[in-house]
Amino acid sequence: MARTLLRVPATVTRGEVVEIRTLIQHPMETGFRSGENGRMLSRDIIRRFTCLYNNRPVFEAELHPAIAANPYLTFTLRVDESGILAFTWEGDNGFSQTETRTLTVA
Amino acid sequence: MSSPSWPGCVTDRRALIGGLLAVMLVRPTAATPEALEEAILDFTKGTAPQVGGVVLDIPPLVENGNTVPVSVEVESPMTEAEHVRAIGLFNERNPLPHVLTAKLGPWSGEARIGTRIRLSNTQRLVAVAAMSDGSYRFGEAQVIVTLAACVEG
Amino acid sequence: MRQLAAAALAALTLGAAPRSGFETMTPELQAMQRDDLANPGMLYVADGEALWAQEGCGSCHAVAAMRGVAARYPALDAASQTPIDLTDRIAQCREARQGKPALPPEAAPMLALAAFVAHQSRGMPLQPDAQLEGARRQGEALFRERRGQLNLSCAQCHDDNAGRKLAGSTIPEGHANGYPLYRLEWQGLGSLQRRLRNCIAGVRSEPYPPGAPEYVALEAYLAARARGLVVESPAVRP
Ligand code: HEC
Ligand code: HEC
Repeated sequence: MARTLLRVPATVTRGEVVEIRTLIQHPMETGFRSGENGRMLSRDIIRRFTCLYNNRPVFEAELHPAIAANPYLTFTLRVDESGILAFTWEGDNGFSQTETRTLTVA
Repeated sequence: MSSPSWPGCVTDRRALIGGLLAVMLVRPTAATPEALEEAILDFTKGTAPQVGGVVLDIPPLVENGNTVPVSVEVESPMTEAEHVRAIGLFNERNPLPHVLTAKLGPWSGEARIGTRIRLSNTQRLVAVAAMSDGSYRFGEAQVIVTLAACVEG
Repeated sequence: MRQLAAAALAALTLGAAPRSGFETMTPELQAMQRDDLANPGMLYVADGEALWAQEGCGSCHAVAAMRGVAARYPALDAASQTPIDLTDRIAQCREARQGKPALPPEAAPMLALAAFVAHQSRGMPLQPDAQLEGARRQGEALFRERRGQLNLSCAQCHDDNAGRKLAGSTIPEGHANGYPLYRLEWQGLGSLQRRLRNCIAGVRSEPYPPGAPEYVALEAYLAARARGLVVESPAVRP
């Protein structure tokens, strides 16, 4: 499992727009770089990131090799109800990881 | 793409000992503005985007092109009737013109995304926003990438 | 002798206050280091925290007892009476006290453990070990020795030309207060010894073999030279 760091406010007032920040450990090997033996290293990147809020997609991103190693992504969300945020990263070589966080409307 | 073969620390000892070079060495490579344009038109399904309303925030000068913070903010009320559907980020001189495409909607509240990108060298970046009325807007930025010193190998 | 040593240390601190490499970075990179969610080094600290539990470090140490430890390293190892750095100490705990196989010093698990331990001292002033006078002096001599095809000493760059540009980079004063750190050039976390190897290779000189005592001597001098700075681990550098 890749290490992730997520910042989601613990409590939110109804209708507030919050910024969500995510960081995941991943080399994002571009496929354009040669390794020690001079041979090209094959591409190994995260290709897709999605965030579901109570099972509804609220943010989706398609990533390319130009995204830096250990991808960092931030986006915003208007919060109308308490619920569960599910973050999923998917990529080359079967990479797939999901993390969840609870958002509570105070 | 990570600094493939910059020289080691310094090659001209005299320059260092003397005035010490204040020059910025920029690696020249073949530009691919056509690929950039093609990628943008693919994103806009052939519509020419209009300039304005898209702010691409990126440092004008970066010390290392491996991890460059960037954010894109689009002017929009983000209502059901009027919002940003997607944002595409493109570059001119990396091996591929695509960087990131993101889908958002009125539930986003604001049209603002951030990430960190790789820039192989000094170049232009373009952010394009797909608006709910079917129009497209764009903003751009020029970034100067300097070389890392004292690297491995 | 002792007195001389103390005077030498005092002289080091009398000059201009040392400036961390943090100070010469762009505001964007400073922000990246400062914010724990933006700082990619924190991913490795989190790994180290998990390893600390997994590897049973907690059976002999409270995490709170690690506060301030990294600020004192390199330190004199009482048993062998030799200077060792933080990685050596962790290796010693693992091999001698836990009877486990050695971890490669620069592989991910050791870097993560060192980052987790060093992070406990973040914000604390460096307290170089005064017992390392011999190593410090050896380190200072190495720092002033010209080397490589470019025939340059560390001091020529980091004392005489700090703040100036080398290619696109600003030459920092070369302080070691943020290791292990996330270097953008490496796209990952790396040790101080790796950083030193980069600088040695940079002047077209052959780096010392891994684990050579010269590294710890240089580290001892760097610690004394950085007196007054605080631990930044995990720092971010270009
Ligand atoms: C069996 C008990 C034991 C275990 C398990 C153990 N240590 Fe230690 N550790 C010690 C002892 C004893 C010392 C003191 C050594 C000395 O000062 O000579 C020490 C010292 C240290 C120090 C230096 C503290 C200082 O104040 O200078 C660090 C850092 C450290 N250990 C880290 C670790 C880590 C990381 C692990 C897990 C991989 C670990 N230790 C596992 C017994 C242990
Ligand atoms: C030719 C000039 C030059 C020489 C000689 C040189 N360095 Fe460096 N050093 C640099 C530069 C430039 C950087 C910063 C590199 C970067 O950020 O890309 C650096 C970085 C460092 C750092 C990291 C500082 C930080 O903030 O993390 C340390 C420590 C260091 N050098 C120590 C040494 C030592 C010890 C030697 C001698 C063995 C040495 N350097 C020789 C140019 C030099």
